[in-house]
Amino acid sequence: MNKWQDNRAWFLVMPVFLIVAFSAIIPLMMVVDASVHDISGPGNRVFVGAEWFKEVLGDRRLHDALRRQLTFSGLVLLIEIPLGVAIALAMPRRGWGVSVTLLVLALPLLIPWNVIGTIWNLFTRPDIGLLGVLLNGLGIQFDPTAAPLDAWITVMLMDVWHWTPLVALLAYAGLRAIPDAYYLAARIDGASAWAVFRYIQLPKMRGVLMIAVLLRFMDSFVIYAEPFVLTGGGPGDSTTFLSTYLVKLAGGQSDLGPAAALALIYFLIALAVCFAFYRALQNVGSGDQR
Amino acid sequence: MALIQLKGVAHAYMAKPGAPEDYALKRLDMVWQDGRAYALLGPSGCGKTTTLNIISGLIRPSEGRVLIDDRDVTALAPRDRNIAQVFQVPVIYDTMTVFDNLAFPLRNRNVDRKEIRIRVHEVAELLEMTADLKRRASGLTADAKQKISLGRGLVRKDVAAILFDEPLTVIDPHLKWLLRRKLKQIHEQFRTTLIYVTHDQNEALTFAEQVVIMNEGEVLQTGSPQELFENPKHTFVGYFIGSPGMNLIPCQINGDAAIVEGAPIALGEGVAERGRAAGGELVLGIRPEFLRLRPTAEQGNVPVSVRLAENLGNFKIVTVSLGRLALKVKVPEDQEVPGEWAYLNFPPEWTKVYADGRLVE
Amino acid sequence: MRPRKGTIGLILYLLLLLLPIYWMFNMSLRTNADILNEFALYPADPTFANYIKIFTDPAWYSGYINSITYVAMNVLISLSVALPAAYAFSRYRFLGDKHMFFWLLTNRMAPPAVFLLPFLQLYSTFGLIDTHIAVALAHTLFNVPLAVWILEGFMSGVPREIDETAYLDGYGFPRFFLTIFLPLIRSGIGVTAFFCFMFSWVELLLARTLTDTVANPIAATMTRAVGATGLDWGLLAAAGMLTIVPGALVIWFVRNYMAKGLALGRV
Repeated sequence: MNKWQDNRAWFLVMPVFLIVAFSAIIPLMMVVDASVHDISGPGNRVFVGAEWFKEVLGDRRLHDALRRQLTFSGLVLLIEIPLGVAIALAMPRRGWGVSVTLLVLALPLLIPWNVIGTIWNLFTRPDIGLLGVLLNGLGIQFDPTAAPLDAWITVMLMDVWHWTPLVALLAYAGLRAIPDAYYLAARIDGASAWAVFRYIQLPKMRGVLMIAVLLRFMDSFVIYAEPFVLTGGGPGDSTTFLSTYLVKLAGGQSDLGPAAALALIYFLIALAVCFAFYRALQNVGSGDQR
Repeated sequence: MALIQLKGVAHAYMAKPGAPEDYALKRLDMVWQDGRAYALLGPSGCGKTTTLNIISGLIRPSEGRVLIDDRDVTALAPRDRNIAQVFQVPVIYDTMTVFDNLAFPLRNRNVDRKEIRIRVHEVAELLEMTADLKRRASGLTADAKQKISLGRGLVRKDVAAILFDEPLTVIDPHLKWLLRRKLKQIHEQFRTTLIYVTHDQNEALTFAEQVVIMNEGEVLQTGSPQELFENPKHTFVGYFIGSPGMNLIPCQINGDAAIVEGAPIALGEGVAERGRAAGGELVLGIRPEFLRLRPTAEQGNVPVSVRLAENLGNFKIVTVSLGRLALKVKVPEDQEVPGEWAYLNFPPEWTKVYADGRLVE
Repeated sequence: MRPRKGTIGLILYLLLLLLPIYWMFNMSLRTNADILNEFALYPADPTFANYIKIFTDPAWYSGYINSITYVAMNVLISLSVALPAAYAFSRYRFLGDKHMFFWLLTNRMAPPAVFLLPFLQLYSTFGLIDTHIAVALAHTLFNVPLAVWILEGFMSGVPREIDETAYLDGYGFPRFFLTIFLPLIRSGIGVTAFFCFMFSWVELLLARTLTDTVANPIAATMTRAVGATGLDWGLLAAAGMLTIVPGALVIWFVRNYMAKGLALGRV
């Protein structure tokens, strides 16, 4: 890849830079500004340095939210990635089945996130929801609005329902990119189905799977609307994740300092993970000759 | 020792073939002698790859049987057939080292570890890849990857034949001849049957002892490069082999001679009679190499006008008009080409007549 | 040749995927009283009353119009700024190019909740609160980086000889870009538009916060289902069903491009 060296290319990038600066840099600066000041009223600003950061970092509710967040993101990855790969492997390679499968798979991805919450609310309520009524009818007590465990199961189910198709679509794209000759050669070499998966399909999917892991981690890490609509972060705080907590914190107080400090910490964590994945992705990219 | 036979094999990719055009491969009987190097030559979509995949077992033919050493293997999977195959795209297992790549077919067949090590080292030695054994295969160049694909075939001791499906397509031109030479050397050393599919006649003619010409799902002729050149059994073979291809001109038979644009051309003993008997559309064929261009009229020569003379180094290609027809003549570079008019001599032993595309013998 | 086990599993999975949507559809065809009274697997006495109510009450349907308006604006803005930038990234090396690319991507990863408050302050300063353009601009935060990323992939697939030939033939950059280059990456633009549409359509946290009454998205109107007598489940379900329709239509139109876009492994 020899690209032309020309700094005038900046003119082409300028519009993007300006628009993203307007919607990212300026707001970020404002957050930084708010995070180091104590603003108790108009014209009444006191510089407090790292005071808010100390307060937020010592906040037990934040620790709990972060722990829940990491548990949630980890579980999401553990379930969705293998399930998505399994679905991709089972998908037809040609024929009308491909279109049908793609259409159904893409459907959950295009539903507004709070409607996802509504759908699952309607689906799991113990009084009118199909799942809720069925489970309770079978003698299993199930009420996501009252029992923390049930709420967790519901939120997990919802996320798996919502996002596994994305993993499946990506994995399928990776599978489709494998030339037929690989499968033919494997048959000549006498490879078992497992060996084909382990030595051909999995390595060839590695690139897209990294992207899937990255996207799923980041999106689950910033999840807000779906669990908020479904459980409102409850019962208690049991499904309060970082975004839910941040919005609660910001909404409940007149002083934006703690919320701003929390927002920055949150962003930095997201950024650090993102950077790690980005580097990993680059290594994968240089590994094969794409 | 392995003798591969195709008995009445035909294949169609659709479920219920009816018309002959539905068949990618028309009924074929063929014997592949042990230890020989074959080339399957023909244009794209002529059924070469289908034939190859039927032999290796990747495709189960719609009709007919495949026999290896008189054992019917038609229903057997590729892994049970002892056939190796190298594809157009180099196939390597990215995550494995070169060693593991070469060992893969043996491990799948549960060969014991000591044996695997010995075999892999032998093959690596042969392919001059011993130094790379510990490297990851994904970082190698295309020609090295193709060598590994070949190596995975060679590593199996019991292999009855190695099939190649246009294996040099993605290889840099200057590396092609190196790889081809390696193939020849391996063939001479081991005397394994090789079947090599290609659409490049130079590749086929330099590589193979026996060339099989295919077109539209049919085998038209099998023979040595020399036979194909001197005695094409089909107008397609005449045209496809050689550069430029055979001159093919419509003709009629009158008495003992063929009549082209009103000019009589002498034929070999009895050819005219058999041509008449064969009927159908008659075509006279002669290679540019066998035509002789003369400056003056002689007995039996045909007057032509000279259109174009191209000097191609060791020889010249002269295009002449006979009535409305154009013919190409290959002449030595030192021969003078007449300016406007010349006389063509058709040596009867090289002048062929084809009825509906097939040679009148 | 594929084991039937996999196919059966797949069909089962797809059915499970459709089940919650079916359940909402079922409810949308029933009145609230019916839903609360009786548990039924299918609407015994289907009614379109909920849908009719939504289509006849401007307070309801304006939400859809607003959403579609700002989504369309966002797709246009995102594409028009991302196209030249993606070209720059795919063709040139320039000062800080790699850092710029990474920085853009980090914005795709930024939690929207972080930007909630500053957006409110910033847009009130510019008097943009409760306008369509405010939401469209806010959504560029994650859509522009995404668009640059996807388009760059498609553009890198076009050989640079094409650019060179065009410049040698005397084409200026704007003319070359608009008349030769863009038609070559048509499908890429389609895929990008699809993903921009998708992410702008599904995001409602920002959309809701930045609007008040005039430019309210569907989300906000859905809370209207909470009436004096409690939640109207049938109405809520019908409103939810209608939010799925635009997405389903878009999938239908881009289904052929989708496989192509996916083949690039970029989302």
